[in-house]
Amino acid sequence: MTDAVLKPSETSASGLPLTALGVGALLVVAFGVLPLVGGEYLFDAILTPFLALALAGLGLNILTGYTGQVSLGSSAFMAVGAYAAYNLSLRLPGLPFLLDILLAGVVAAAVGLVFGLPSLRLRGFYLAVSTLAAQFFVQWVFNKFGWFSNGSASGVITVPPLTIAGVALDGSVGRYLFSLSVVTLVTLLVWRITRSATGRSLIAVRDHETAARVIGVPVLRVKLFAFGLSSFVIGVAGVLWAFAYLRTIEPAGFNLDRSFQILFIVIIGGLASIRGAFLGAGLIVVFPLVLARLGEALLGGLFDSGVLEMSQRIVLGLLIIGFLIAEPAGLSALLDRALLNRGWRRLTARARP
Amino acid sequence: MERAFPQGPLSRWQAGEGRGGGNRSPNHVIGATPMPAAALAPSPDTPAALAVERVSLSFGGVVALSEVDLSVAPGEIRAIIGPNGAGKSSLLNVVSGLYKPDQGRVWLSGHSFAQTPTDRLAHLGVARTFQNLALFKGLSVLDNVASGLTHSLRAGVLAQIVGSPLARREKRAVEERAEEAIAFFHLDSYRDRPVGGLPYGVQKRVELARALIARPHLLLLDEPMAGMTLTEKRELTGYIRAVRDRHNTTIVLIEHDIGVVMGLSDRIAVLDYGRRIADGTPEEIRNNQTVIDAYLGVAHDLEAGEGI
Ligand SMILES: Nc1ncnc2c1ncn2[C@@H]1O[C@H](COP(=O)(O)OP(=O)(O)OP(=O)(O)O)[C@@H](O)[C@H]1O
Ligand SMILES: [Mg+2]
Repeated sequence: MTDAVLKPSETSASGLPLTALGVGALLVVAFGVLPLVGGEYLFDAILTPFLALALAGLGLNILTGYTGQVSLGSSAFMAVGAYAAYNLSLRLPGLPFLLDILLAGVVAAAVGLVFGLPSLRLRGFYLAVSTLAAQFFVQWVFNKFGWFSNGSASGVITVPPLTIAGVALDGSVGRYLFSLSVVTLVTLLVWRITRSATGRSLIAVRDHETAARVIGVPVLRVKLFAFGLSSFVIGVAGVLWAFAYLRTIEPAGFNLDRSFQILFIVIIGGLASIRGAFLGAGLIVVFPLVLARLGEALLGGLFDSGVLEMSQRIVLGLLIIGFLIAEPAGLSALLDRALLNRGWRRLTARARP
Repeated sequence: MERAFPQGPLSRWQAGEGRGGGNRSPNHVIGATPMPAAALAPSPDTPAALAVERVSLSFGGVVALSEVDLSVAPGEIRAIIGPNGAGKSSLLNVVSGLYKPDQGRVWLSGHSFAQTPTDRLAHLGVARTFQNLALFKGLSVLDNVASGLTHSLRAGVLAQIVGSPLARREKRAVEERAEEAIAFFHLDSYRDRPVGGLPYGVQKRVELARALIARPHLLLLDEPMAGMTLTEKRELTGYIRAVRDRHNTTIVLIEHDIGVVMGLSDRIAVLDYGRRIADGTPEEIRNNQTVIDAYLGVAHDLEAGEGI
């Protein structure tokens, strides 16, 4: 399924300086400007969840976009990351929180490896179904065993306020900046990997497993690596989700809906594309808010909120389908083309006297 | 392995080094006489580069190979011909370990295998191309070609992430080699394009470049010229001969174009219904009555150089 003509947009060498400039500018705005001008709503309702979901999308993209292994269990790994970080900070209070995050990612990676084992025998649809096992199993464990939630009813936990090296970051801006820093770092890591020989092997396994084996790609190891790395990244996203965004979480919040949401992010944004995860997450977070505002403004008096929410979902679903028919390679490809067109026009304009 | 990661440039491809490189033009026209095969026939003192021993393979009721023997001398261009479904691709798949034969063994560089370990194929100095293109569609031409050196990389993931000296050295060496292979196959203008959308003939060349960048001792080609124009075939024939002449690479070639086969190969094995019905020099095959009856049809087809 993923071996359609998917081009990892990052490999287009021509746009590199432009991309570097764009990323630089974005970082300056995100770190330097937004914290000064943004309000609480912007951070709490839009940017922080956007960052966490974008990171989760990035994690899934490693597995599905780059390596071609479909997974429907993403939110399970978010949950593992979140609950692991919670338990680490609760039970090993001496550890710095940054180390908790790292270890939570490692725990998620370990769980991901276990649920990645079927990928050595199964592929496509069958693998997708077997990743559902992760989804249901993890949710069940956190519901069933009170130890993970420190004995709280139905697994609900409230995380301690965010403090890094003695600095309290529990305000809106602090949690946003913290998320932004983590996402920036992890994205840098993923970017390095996708550009390396290992990144090439991921795509080789996705595009032609047999040929990959023949040229000496250790296919089984590469698949497990993809599961591990992907779960690590998604686990860290789960930590952000719990500690920076919601702060009170329950296992039910990490359900199949959330896994599908992350899959949508990857598909809409563009498979095998780093910026695709961000574009997709942006759309998934912002669009419902816009729709909700619109719906309320236009029809608020006529229907109750349940009907409005349902129709929002329908509209969103239809838009996704429509968009994917028009642009199967996702937002990332759309952006590529837009940039290419602009660059082309500028060039031709300059060429003319 | 015995072949450490190559640090030097690829210039061996340009220098006329290797057995008999001096007196043979790489741009031989199709149909020219190859060097006498007697010199290449396996002898007891030179071990074969590849030997297949009484290999049988069946799929359900279909017998794909039946007690097939094949020996390929070092530096030889060995063709396998036969009608559709004769078992040619199955034989290459057995050699590369993608199929496990029901019985028989494969000898590769001094080791004998009941099933060739595909994962170690590249380490054994074997590279291959596939009958149907087997490229990594999402990767650029450069990355596809570079991936042919994957087996030789030593730097781990962490080293690659932080860019350790070893990782950087390997990356540079791989890029250099890939650039040279790209130049050799005239792929420069496609270098950064994803291979998915490129013309068929170009993709065939990319696949050959990916196989050759590892400088294999043994190269297995499954219909490398299928679907090519006459010009493209002529060009590719030149490449294949140049590779053998310059590096003494042993080449096993499946090809339907009899003109190409007769001009390029030192020896030809003929398969029919999974059995080897003939084996010999182009001259011997041309005049073999069994082969003519089973495969070649009337003799004048040979002169026409048409595909069968
Ligand atoms: N994976 C497979 N599963 C089932 N049958 C197979 C498989 N591979 C080959 N066969 C059968 O084995 C026989 C030999 O096939 P093979 O592909 O080796 O022929 P070939 O000589 O390469 O033919 P062609 O010139 O058409 O490529 C055929 O009858 C084919 O249907
Ligand atoms: Mg075949």
